[in-house]
Amino acid sequence: MKRSYKLQSLDCANCASKMETAIGALPSVSNASINFMTQKLVLDTDVPDADALDALLAEAQSVISRIEPDCVILR
Amino acid sequence: MTDKQIRWRNRILFALLLFAAILVCEGTGLIERVAGEGNALWVEFALFLIPYLIAGYDVIAKAARNLAHGHALDENFLMTVATLGAFALVLFPHTEPHMTEGAAVMLFYQVGELFQSYAVAKSRKSIADMMDIAPEYANVLRDGAIVQVDPYEVEPGDTIVIKPGERVPLDGIVTKGESQIDTAALTGESVPRTARPDDEVISGCVNLSGTLTVTATKPYEDSTVSRILELVENAAEKKARTESFITRFARYYTPIVVGLAVALALIPPAAIGLAMGTIGDGQLWADWILRGLTFLVVSCPCALVISVPLSFFGGIGGASRLGILVKGSNYLEMLARVDTVVFDKTGTLTSGTFAVREMLPASGFTADQLLTLAAHAEAASNHPIAVSVRAAAGDAIDFARISSSEELGGHGVKAVIDGDIVLAGNDKLMYLHDIAYETHDFIGTQVHVAVNGTYAGTLVIGDTVKADAKQAITDLHAAGVRKTVMLTGDRADVAQAVSADLGVDEFRAELLPQDKVSILEQLMEDAPRDGEQHVDSQRDSSQRTTHTTAFVGDGINDAPVLTRADVGIAMGAMGSDAAIEAADVVLMDDRPTNIARAIAIARKTMRIVRQNIAFALGVKFAVLVLAALGLANMWMAVFADVGVAVLAILNAMRAMRVKR
Repeated sequence: MKRSYKLQSLDCANCASKMETAIGALPSVSNASINFMTQKLVLDTDVPDADALDALLAEAQSVISRIEPDCVILR
Repeated sequence: MTDKQIRWRNRILFALLLFAAILVCEGTGLIERVAGEGNALWVEFALFLIPYLIAGYDVIAKAARNLAHGHALDENFLMTVATLGAFALVLFPHTEPHMTEGAAVMLFYQVGELFQSYAVAKSRKSIADMMDIAPEYANVLRDGAIVQVDPYEVEPGDTIVIKPGERVPLDGIVTKGESQIDTAALTGESVPRTARPDDEVISGCVNLSGTLTVTATKPYEDSTVSRILELVENAAEKKARTESFITRFARYYTPIVVGLAVALALIPPAAIGLAMGTIGDGQLWADWILRGLTFLVVSCPCALVISVPLSFFGGIGGASRLGILVKGSNYLEMLARVDTVVFDKTGTLTSGTFAVREMLPASGFTADQLLTLAAHAEAASNHPIAVSVRAAAGDAIDFARISSSEELGGHGVKAVIDGDIVLAGNDKLMYLHDIAYETHDFIGTQVHVAVNGTYAGTLVIGDTVKADAKQAITDLHAAGVRKTVMLTGDRADVAQAVSADLGVDEFRAELLPQDKVSILEQLMEDAPRDGEQHVDSQRDSSQRTTHTTAFVGDGINDAPVLTRADVGIAMGAMGSDAAIEAADVVLMDDRPTNIARAIAIARKTMRIVRQNIAFALGVKFAVLVLAALGLANMWMAVFADVGVAVLAILNAMRAMRVKR
């Protein structure tokens, strides 16, 4: 299922593509796409429930923070 | 500018001023006089470090943090190494110091970053403004009183009141009032439309003059405005090949350049030193290390990485201002390559509003009888022809007379009326049922009617060609489209007349809906036919066998063809969910001239993208070569890096500008 999230303070295009690759490599994500201009993250994931989704988002957030600390996923 | 950007700007300006002042003091020899000759170098070192740190402390902090996370090759780190390296060259005794360059590189790097951030924010905002079509509230009539609610709370069937100046919150039908409606935000069309009772109004438009009472027909989430917003926001996902290419390129470019920088800083001086016996010569090492550091300055691919999506985003945004919605940058890329445009005639080149032009009853029938029979046979159909037949009969349908009716796709309808079997449809239908019918020389769609196997007459239905259809075809040819093809279910002579009139290169007539996909596939892989010679033998074989083909339909019943084409374009899509769903490019307006404009925007965007790639790579490679040869200094490198980024961004922002 595709889920889309807004990213706040995404300031660097190169970082966006690094985040995209790193989030795409997370085990429960089959595809991740980040649009630098619209500041959107689209996750294609098959997590079973809300708890798993929360865990995934936390994981994605930590990936993002490592690359661009100011950038946050808005839920 | 945001507060953050303003603070950033002030910090850089302050650092620049300080830097300039120190530069002047150094140049005039003031420092030497005050500090004494022996201490001057170290005083200068300390002085240049001040603007450097003011401008670049955040870069250094980010570099340190990223290094801790194992991201060594990030741009902050590279800049930090390059600049601190330049400062550190002072440690080689008796060599030319490079503190000035170190500070300058950091300052100009920050200027470039600030500019990038500003440019990105600006284009993000201009798109957001353009897409500011979401209604904030709806006035609903509840128990006789008008209540202001969130559009999400309105249900289909609710009565909403739209005052002048307000946005239409949901799609609906006008029940009371008359007003001018501004559709510019959706279609780019600046002439307002008039809405009267029974007219449909589309959410996102602005009510200009009078108060309208409207019955909502769709919930907010299915209304046009939310579908468009969703579409534009999700244009994100489909990235152009050029975009992924640049991302991949960036992944290799930086490590390679950094590798070369290290090699350049260490191998040549070691080799030369060993060969010449001057291994301990500080000047030799300083010179080559400086070349390596210069490499680091140009190792960041930022200009490219940022300018490519910025251009695509600008192109998509500019197009949407004209009511042309492109669902992803990959489609923009594809659109730029289109050389064949295939039209489904009805609803694209012709307005699709049919009217009965001639009534030709067979002997034994009156015109009225013929019309009544046809209207009742077509009573259940939504086909534009059926609608026009019913309209000609004054919509006086007595449903009690119809006991059954069945639509025969591509042929017509079969119905049982007053117990008689009535057939209404084209030549094929008559042929299929062995009915002797008459053909007429009228241009238009002919509907033959037969009752219990006896021919009752023919209705001639004409469609009107859109005012700018001819211009649209001319524009497409002028834009370099090699072939335009018209597909239609109409008879060949009608198709012939329309295509000759419009200047369409080819037509395929008398098609059944299911034929269109295979015809399109033929056109997409059109090998030269027998007897046809390609004058230009230089054209490569891939071009000869495949064409990038756009299919233009009205989106109502050609979803499979829209999907199959390289680019599916739906026209007149305002209010049509199916079209918005199936197409890659959605023209909100009915004007076919927008197809050529869409192609022009796509080509312009691709041109900008290619210019930026060629320019940025060209300058970077030139500086790398010059730096390796010792002909480029750090000043040149930083101007190459920042200058290229600024120019590429300015160029990219051009993509957003479109002529209304």
